[in-house]
Amino acid sequence: MNPFAAILFRDMRLATRAGGSAALALAFFAAVATLVPLGVGSDLRLLARIAGGVLWIGAVLAALLSLDRLFQSDFEDGSLDLIALSPLPLEAMSFAKIAAHWLTTGLPLTLLSPLLGVLFGLPPAGYAPLMLSLAIGTPAVSAIGAIGAALTLSIRRGGLILPFIVLPLLSPAVIFGAGAVLGALDGLANGAFWLLGAFSLVAVLLAPFAAAAAVRLNLAG
Amino acid sequence: MTLRSIFAENLTCIRGNRLVFRDVGFRLGAGQALSLEGPNGAGKSSLLRMIAGFLKPAAGAIRLTGDGADISDGEERGNFVGWLGHHDAAKPQLSPRETLRFFAELYGASADIDAALEEVGLVRARDLPCQYLSAGQKKRLSLARLKLGNRPLWLLDEPLAALDSAGKSLAAQFIRSHCAAGGIAVIATHEPLAIDCSRLALA
Repeated sequence: MNPFAAILFRDMRLATRAGGSAALALAFFAAVATLVPLGVGSDLRLLARIAGGVLWIGAVLAALLSLDRLFQSDFEDGSLDLIALSPLPLEAMSFAKIAAHWLTTGLPLTLLSPLLGVLFGLPPAGYAPLMLSLAIGTPAVSAIGAIGAALTLSIRRGGLILPFIVLPLLSPAVIFGAGAVLGALDGLANGAFWLLGAFSLVAVLLAPFAAAAAVRLNLAG
Repeated sequence: MTLRSIFAENLTCIRGNRLVFRDVGFRLGAGQALSLEGPNGAGKSSLLRMIAGFLKPAAGAIRLTGDGADISDGEERGNFVGWLGHHDAAKPQLSPRETLRFFAELYGASADIDAALEEVGLVRARDLPCQYLSAGQKKRLSLARLKLGNRPLWLLDEPLAALDSAGKSLAAQFIRSHCAAGGIAVIATHEPLAIDCSRLALA
């Protein structure tokens, strides 16, 4: 196995083991999505219209929950020093961590979303756009989140600062993601999917470099 | 590439606007070991991080010489470094075996994991999650990882801490055989090392 795959599989293993972040993110996502219909009430037309937005916000918050430890735990126990000295460039390491995070949170959230759509009475036409928008957009959540996680990795309780860095940067994903679902419900052709895809692509391509630069800075501190 | 020497001159370390040390220098050839000595806060760990390329010296330079090549860039230098820091890098959820396998893959080392664990006396604990290991056992795991990486320049931060007397002699034996094979070692320690080495005192 090559060094990239070694990081990818180790992070996935850590996320799915007892005490890992994968199950936590899924449970949080389900809890938020279950609470909203209880709070908003049983107006099915209203619920159907807000479903996309609420599930998108839930997905972003659930992903944030597990992001703060993305680099921090490796920093605290000395693993990051050893990883930095390995033949794998820090950029590739960051990309592997982003991929592992998406595979253990973004992807399961996407797969769980239709089930939660039922709670909102989402019309049949909405399911495919909902899953598609989450599938396209959640990689950007992991990627941009990784930049924030790398910047705050040496800060005690950096997870509390993380949302302030990451959430503003993620607002385009929420806007286009929720917009894509709503547009599909209204039968409107819109460019939200394309914009979401472009945003996600750029985020995933650039984030490893930004995250690696932040890791370098922190290792020198 | 094999390493022929490491040369450091006029190193100055400033951390958080505080001068940690200045004008530190040394030269080591293949097979030599250097022990860093000095009170807490003298900058032993900082010097090791500087050699590894994590910290940029405020002044001075570190140069590695190998077969026909000079390396002074910090990040490139990292490719020669075998690191044993004061943290254990052992994930509580993973067993020693999984931990070693991960680092072997990361470093592209083709080594027998079980033999490496046996050498440091972790055979019985090899499938136990690392959260149940004692500090000494985790240090033994670090030693196994260090050897597995097969790097020419060893940088060791308190390699004897937490080890029992058998562990201490094992660590000393690792360093001796590393140097006998032409490797270089820089060791920060407070305890007497049972190896033949030069000394550098940081005040």
